Amino acid sequence: MTHRPPQEQAATARAMGHVAYQHCETCGARAAFLRVLCPVCGSTDLTVHHSAGRGVVYSTTTLRTREGARDVSLIDLDEGVRVMGTVAGVPPEDVAIGLPVQGALDPEGGDEPRVIFTVERDG
Amino acid sequence: MADPLRAAVAIAGVGDAGIGEAPPGSRPLDLIGTATVAALADAGLTTRDVDGLFTASAYYGMPNLNVGEYLGIRPRFSDSTNLGGASFLSHVGHAAAAITAGLCEVALIVYGSTQRSDGGRLKSVAEAFPDEQLYAPRYPITQYALAAARHMHEFGTTREQLAEVAVAARAWARLNPDAFARDELSIDDVLGSRMLCDPLTVRDCCLVTDGAGAVVVTSTERARTLRRPPAVVLGFGEAHWHRNISQMADLTVTAATDSGARAFAMAGLGPADVDVLQLYDAFTINPILFLEDLGFCAKGEGGPFVAGGRIAPGGALPVNTNGGGLSYCHPGMYGIFTLIEATRQLRGEAGDRQVPDAQVALAHGNGAVLSAQSTVLLAADAAA
Repeated sequence: MTHRPPQEQAATARAMGHVAYQHCETCGARAAFLRVLCPVCGSTDLTVHHSAGRGVVYSTTTLRTREGARDVSLIDLDEGVRVMGTVAGVPPEDVAIGLPVQGALDPEGGDEPRVIFTVERDG
Repeated sequence: MADPLRAAVAIAGVGDAGIGEAPPGSRPLDLIGTATVAALADAGLTTRDVDGLFTASAYYGMPNLNVGEYLGIRPRFSDSTNLGGASFLSHVGHAAAAITAGLCEVALIVYGSTQRSDGGRLKSVAEAFPDEQLYAPRYPITQYALAAARHMHEFGTTREQLAEVAVAARAWARLNPDAFARDELSIDDVLGSRMLCDPLTVRDCCLVTDGAGAVVVTSTERARTLRRPPAVVLGFGEAHWHRNISQMADLTVTAATDSGARAFAMAGLGPADVDVLQLYDAFTINPILFLEDLGFCAKGEGGPFVAGGRIAPGGALPVNTNGGGLSYCHPGMYGIFTLIEATRQLRGEAGDRQVPDAQVALAHGNGAVLSAQSTVLLAADAAA
């Protein structure tokens, strides 16, 4: 495996519209917050993978600001890791816990690429 | 065998300053100084007696140095453990260990902030976590809103039940002349107030005030010789599991499950032994989570548990009798005020809000985004 700094690897994935996660080859634990060690067993035998981006909303809130209302959610990805994200394409009040979502590159992400999520219509 | 730290130390003095709005031009250090003078006078001690200094701050990067210099205290034991709002409850445990080990004799735990005078912006040392910052959560309300939403989803907790927490706090505050917010508040008022971050309205959120608090801790033996009756530290526990909300395994279960169990084990007590609770209520979901995690009700039952005025004046379980962070004061970090109010209740000096015959009090602090949890069990000397 490569030994690039964790945040660089996360940024590389984000630029492709992907969420990176680490898999511990020693204990099998996974984390989307890339580190230099496994937070469960401490092993440094880690591999970094890109999630397919499918998941469900674990929790959600509508943040109301002067600029308007927007969604902030936590998404449980199918690979078993949780990330913060935003669900786009529906009014923020309509984002509900348990909703199936798919992540992709934010087309309006500008110079700071990020993954945003849209509702999977047929689950 | 009893834990050697059980009842080893006691709170011998408490003081506060600048609660609500501080005198114009005050710095946090000025409020810290005034609260310290009050707490030491309460104990019948002076700054010359203090040899252990405990503080945490969002203003000063090396707060013990600023506070020690300002107060003229040259500690031989110094601890700036910063677990956010939970810090000061942890300081009690750390002071107990230090005093018992002979590393200091009189510990001053102190905190102060001029957050309201500064313009109401939360002064925070929170650093950006790149994985979350991309989605611009508003720290910390978004994180607590996510926890509240998940609790509602899993257990059917309602917005009315959240509002009960704010209404109970306000009813207590109306009995406390020093509380900052004392207007009448109903459940409908809470539900109808401005929504900030669903499901939390502005009335589900703590105040933004100035204020400082100070607590003097010494050996129980010495505390018995001092001016005021000691509030004996029967047990304490601390725990933290995460920094960022996306790393919290279950948003409905906090590390208070560990901190509370540790405190109760040291004290040899259980929830049924507690007469009065001070639970850090940064948001209305907090006391609900902590009542569950500390064992006062089963997981998921916190909403129904607080309903019907159970934690309000006249209810079965008095919680946040000073009005809490929701209605008494919330100067950035609130934890130290849980200790001060618990002590006042155990001494029987809480005036109109006094809980009759309060013998055992639980103070609980919360830090960052449900991240750090610290629990202290205190008792009147007769019950220790």
